[in-house]
Amino acid sequence: MFSYYLELALRSLKRSPGLTALMVLAIGFGVAASMTTWSVFRAVSGDPIPWKSAQLFVPQIDNWGPNGRSSDGEPPNAMDYADAMALMRDHRAKRQSAMYQISPSVVPAEAGKHPMNVSGHAVYGEFFPMLDVPFKYGSGWSASDDESRALVAVISSKLNQKLFGGAASVGRSVNIEGKDYRVVGVLDDWNPQPRFYDVVNSGGFSVNGDDVFLPFLTAIQADLPNDGNTNCNAVPKESGFVGLQRSECVWIAYMAELDAGAVAAYRDYLDGYARDQQRAGRFAWAPNGRLRDLRAWLDNQHVVPSDTKVSLLVALGLLLVCLVNTVGLLLAKFLRRSSEIGVRRALGAPRAAIYAQFITEAGIVGLAGGVLGLLLTGVGVASVGWVLPKDIAALARLDVSLLLLTLLVAVIATVLAGLYPTFRASRVQPAWQLKSN
Amino acid sequence: MHIQIRPILAALRRHKAGTLLIALQIALTLAIVCNALFIIHQRLANLSAASGVDEANVFVIANMWADLDRSTEQVDAQVRADLLALRQLPAVRNATPASGYPLRGGGWDNFVTMTPEQVKPTTDAAVYTGDEHFLDTLGLKLVAGRNFRPDEVMVMGTQQAITPPTAIVSQALADRLFPDGNALGKSFYAMGTAPSTIVGIVDPLHRQGVDQWSNGYAGQALIWPLRADDERGIYYIVRAKPGQLADAMREAPKALYAQNRLRIIDPVDGIQDYATIRHKVYDRDRGMAILMSVISVVLLAITAAGIVGLTSFWVGQRRKQIGVRRALGARQRDILAYFLTENFLISATGVVLGAVLAVAFNLWTVTRFEMSHMSMAYVGIGVVALLLLGQGAVLAPALRASRVSPVEATRSV
Repeated sequence: MFSYYLELALRSLKRSPGLTALMVLAIGFGVAASMTTWSVFRAVSGDPIPWKSAQLFVPQIDNWGPNGRSSDGEPPNAMDYADAMALMRDHRAKRQSAMYQISPSVVPAEAGKHPMNVSGHAVYGEFFPMLDVPFKYGSGWSASDDESRALVAVISSKLNQKLFGGAASVGRSVNIEGKDYRVVGVLDDWNPQPRFYDVVNSGGFSVNGDDVFLPFLTAIQADLPNDGNTNCNAVPKESGFVGLQRSECVWIAYMAELDAGAVAAYRDYLDGYARDQQRAGRFAWAPNGRLRDLRAWLDNQHVVPSDTKVSLLVALGLLLVCLVNTVGLLLAKFLRRSSEIGVRRALGAPRAAIYAQFITEAGIVGLAGGVLGLLLTGVGVASVGWVLPKDIAALARLDVSLLLLTLLVAVIATVLAGLYPTFRASRVQPAWQLKSN
Repeated sequence: MHIQIRPILAALRRHKAGTLLIALQIALTLAIVCNALFIIHQRLANLSAASGVDEANVFVIANMWADLDRSTEQVDAQVRADLLALRQLPAVRNATPASGYPLRGGGWDNFVTMTPEQVKPTTDAAVYTGDEHFLDTLGLKLVAGRNFRPDEVMVMGTQQAITPPTAIVSQALADRLFPDGNALGKSFYAMGTAPSTIVGIVDPLHRQGVDQWSNGYAGQALIWPLRADDERGIYYIVRAKPGQLADAMREAPKALYAQNRLRIIDPVDGIQDYATIRHKVYDRDRGMAILMSVISVVLLAITAAGIVGLTSFWVGQRRKQIGVRRALGARQRDILAYFLTENFLISATGVVLGAVLAVAFNLWTVTRFEMSHMSMAYVGIGVVALLLLGQGAVLAPALRASRVSPVEATRSV
């Protein structure tokens, strides 16, 4: 029976090639625009560490008071040195790390090579197990390395390629800002998007991952200045990097790993810490801290650009218009065949048969639109680099799930669009049609 | 020409679904196109914002120091030597040290207050630093007062807070701080305990960033006479002699490396001319404008094609009635007018609904995505455009209808 409907549908579509082409084009463009913007949205709104994001938390401490808060009462989105160090010392979470962005120069061992500038972060040893950072060789460093301000480094596989030709370089030394650091680990490919451990500084997305990680206290001791944002509510009293460390300026990112049962206790601890500061006279205001899990934090920091959301909405609007357009055209097309329907019904075809026939026809239009949509989505995803910043454009990918989704959306949307015209077609009165011809 | 609306309405009532669908499509198209148009216009306005810089001849060198161990004095000596070398190049007109530059895409800005005790800041200003060559190097237009004198230029080490006693401000900042005019000679505080006195006013001077949050502070900037001898690195802004930009960009890094090799100038984006800087900072705006244009064009094309398709169908369906009307004395132009009026009635319903949707969508994006309020002019333009689009789309089928011969009335009955 289905093959019969298929034949009927194809014959009907062939009879009005202009109208058919119009519907296929509309569906194709509508679906392609939606899928292209969706691929971008999917890429930027994804969870960078889905298996663990519910256990990762970002604490905030209000060290600026009411005058430093944003209009919605939010405390600063980073920490000053004193608070970050106090939280690290108290060590109340399962794992935690303060971190700041560095941009040291690395001097290759080979004579005659230019020094190069690399970007990275100064972190604590717990950073690596906390974020499940994958290693190619070696591992992170220990808590005692943190304490003793050991000259150790973890480097990316890209930097390992540049410096050591990709060899297992654990134990070799690398010259960073004039000091020799011992390589303890080489990362596997790891450049999570968004760069969730420090979204404040990366703006969320960055094509180039971090190339070097050094122990936090080692970097402070080596006087490696902060390369990320520094926000101050007042100008520091003393100058230099040491002056920054003694100021209320915020420039340190912080992340803690907490099991579900430990969240409330940690929240109490943050509150208690702020209360202690209030008692000590440092804060002249009640605690106003925050503790958000990773997803809430990414949302709070507006990691997904609003342009991306608006684009997706507008593209969905385009798809909607295309569907309304299709409903109108299918309606015209189906009702034009009222007499044919009348004859079929008079010869004994039940309503269900009419339904099946016209839904099949709508489905074929949807499938053709979907195939066109696939091609256009391919073109769209390949050319997002023209219209989006490269850090974001690089994330949009054409994969099997996107292709399937494109076809599925096209077919389902068109069949939905065909429902009302089909309903109208099935209501055609056989007697009336036969009489009037 | 007398047009009867009533028979048209009667006929439309027999095509309720089709009529509603076209009206709905026009409404949605209008709502989307108005908002897209608004976004496009806004973004294009950003793209052409004046920076105040002589963009055709200016480029920026991001110079990082490879050794962090030097004292501020040592860095300063190197910076002075570098600047001297740059200014002596045959293709170079002038050069200045800087901690940032217009359209950099973010950077240093300070709150500005009128008194040191003031808790709520008066406004926010982008902070530029440079020596007495800053104005000439960027090509800024001094509209009042004077340039910095060489003896006013101070040295600022890494993370050092220095408030110079003098400053040059942009006209926009001067107007914001001193709305009565006469900002020259007056003082302000920019997150320091000491005041800075305004000795000069330039116009225009763009901020470093183009982010949405700073739109309220557009064009507000101050320049302090400082050499920012940060141990990490420094920007050198260089102005080439007219027509010698390429030569200057080639010579400059060679001259710097000849001074001292312990520096890093990124081979990819260490040296950028202003065309590149502008192109990069407005990446997002340009992309959004292109995307919205593409979507608008596709949308209008599909809606027009939809109207053509559905009207053609109606014409085909009513050939017999048209023939009867023609046989009863209706002229070709009456038939044409009938279809044009019919489309106008449907489109008018659509655009009324669409105008409401357009404003509603805009208000929603304002609250949800921090977009700005759309002027009604966009809705007006959209309404006119869609009415014309509707009339244009219906013209071909309507002409075909007007050519139906009266003989049709006698056929196939």
